Amino acid sequence: MKKIKCAIIGPGNIGTDLLYKLRRSTLLEPVWMVGVDPTSEGLARAREFGLKTTDKGVDGLLPFVAADGVQIAFDATSAYAHKENSDKLNALGVMMIDLTPAAIGPYCVPPINLKAHAGKREMNVNMVTCGGQATIPMVYAVSRVQRVKHAEIVATVASKSVGPGTRKNIDEFTRTTSGAVAKIGGADVGKAIIVINPAEPPMIMRDTIHCLTLDAPKQKEIEASVRDMIAEVQKYVPGYRLNNGPVFDGMRVTTFMEVEGLGDFLPKYAGNLDIMTASATRTAEMFAEEMLAGRLSFEPVAA
Amino acid sequence: MNLKGTKIKVHDMSLRDGMHPTRHQITIAQMQSVAQGMDAAGVPLIEVTHGDGLGGASVNYGFPAASDEEYLRAVIPLMKTAKVSALLIPGIGTIDHLRMAADCGVAAIRIATHCTEADVAEQHINLGRKMGLDTVGFLMMAHMIEPEQLLQQALLMESYGANCLYAADSAGYMLPDDVSARIRLLREKLKPETEIGFHGHHNLAMGIANSLAAVEAGARRIDGACGGMGAGAGNTPLEVFVAVCNRMGIETGVDVFKISDVAEDLVTPILDFPVRIDRNSLTLGYAGVYSSFLLFAKRAEAKYGISAREILLELGRRKMVGGQEDMIEDTALTMLRERGQLKAAAA
Repeated sequence: MKKIKCAIIGPGNIGTDLLYKLRRSTLLEPVWMVGVDPTSEGLARAREFGLKTTDKGVDGLLPFVAADGVQIAFDATSAYAHKENSDKLNALGVMMIDLTPAAIGPYCVPPINLKAHAGKREMNVNMVTCGGQATIPMVYAVSRVQRVKHAEIVATVASKSVGPGTRKNIDEFTRTTSGAVAKIGGADVGKAIIVINPAEPPMIMRDTIHCLTLDAPKQKEIEASVRDMIAEVQKYVPGYRLNNGPVFDGMRVTTFMEVEGLGDFLPKYAGNLDIMTASATRTAEMFAEEMLAGRLSFEPVAA
Repeated sequence: MNLKGTKIKVHDMSLRDGMHPTRHQITIAQMQSVAQGMDAAGVPLIEVTHGDGLGGASVNYGFPAASDEEYLRAVIPLMKTAKVSALLIPGIGTIDHLRMAADCGVAAIRIATHCTEADVAEQHINLGRKMGLDTVGFLMMAHMIEPEQLLQQALLMESYGANCLYAADSAGYMLPDDVSARIRLLREKLKPETEIGFHGHHNLAMGIANSLAAVEAGARRIDGACGGMGAGAGNTPLEVFVAVCNRMGIETGVDVFKISDVAEDLVTPILDFPVRIDRNSLTLGYAGVYSSFLLFAKRAEAKYGISAREILLELGRRKMVGGQEDMIEDTALTMLRERGQLKAAAA
């Protein structure tokens, strides 16, 4: 079966874990890995898997886009590098899936709005943050039942799973996640908190989602909605589990989630990284289905 | 211990750490009266923020009676000599909050991280220093790592621009030797112009002893709170510490009687309950658990019927760090389930 060819930009932990997932996809075929360091282990690993690689950044990929038929690119670099990468590839008709917190394109949380994005022919979609992917489905599970005045998420991640990029820009996480909790989760106000825990052995990612409803929570409907939403997320993140809840306390509805990764390249405790690469893969697959069915094709656009 | 003639600066926590036992409900008028009392008593530095720092207003930590901005704008203009600081924990607050606090006129910003995670504070410390603020790096739960590891984290914060580094005994777990070992190493290895500070909790009644050990080892800023305020069994009791310093000839510049009047007349009346070493706050200190978990564990006890002590011990076993208040209800629910008192959650 024909597959859509993909490039990964950024051969670090995220990019490499993504590579493992794309190699299993029946719809996607990773063909290029792009880095900036000739001694990168990630580039060497990609070569072992038969990918073409460049250490000249996105500029090293551009001359081969047409000949190699690259239609989707994943950016796993940094918020600062993203816009330029995206402009250059969009100009060649390559659709961009953004795993950085740059968020120049619309937020995508697969079980909530992926279909809408594919229908709108977006050339750049943003995967929010790990905390966003893990929690926004739960906010939405409440807000689709009744109005949520305030939604707040606490993402706790193992120290070892937080890379230098996130550490340097922890505010980006807080801001991007808060914004998406409100906008995509469907709450009047969104707030995000991140806690880094250094315990050994490393703890599995934990997420707490608090919603304050406007009227008394409809318990039965919320419980059913939460159950359905967990099943949706489990389709691409099998280790997405309800640890406790939903707890109902006055107007407060709280769910306590645990996110265990698949353990592809990254260890299982790093569910925060796994849910990003799995969501990005899921997103690309949806676009690929549309492309393969001839319902979606991107023309080169002026940068 | 001969510390005669040593000059130190005390930093009052009543209106920040003291927000924990008051469920962040101190009113603006109460803040103003306590701060003015402290100013008149000669306290040089006063912290005013939500208990969990700027941006702490939340379901998770509690919504305060007024916003950080309202508190800061109400208190700062009233100060004659005291300077006001704010606390910021990256991951909870952002540099937007820091800019707001600077705009309100804070003289000092204290950037706090768990003791192993100093590198999340780079942006915030950089900016604080760039804005000309007294910029403090504040390493929480410092008992959880060895002095040498703490030093490495302190060096990072110093390299980002912090002009003062704190070892914070957030669990009130340390004994005087633990404090001496950490402060002494920081004093030896950080730049001579970098100040060293100590933040204690009184969970094992070591607040005064630990603070003296810190001064002896080279700390020149000591945190405390009036009238027993502060998370857990309170911070180092400031009026008592000032009295002890007077007896020992350590110069704080604070009037013992004036500050004990602030404690008695202004602070004690606003407490919902006497902050003291009871079996739960003792457990915090004994097991090394973050002091502001106290009220959350008591609430979980009332709701789920599992003793707060058992919950706190379990949180300690799981090595929870500051900010993980959400895990208290979760842990109580899990304990109930494990005891067969709760039907397995649907998943």
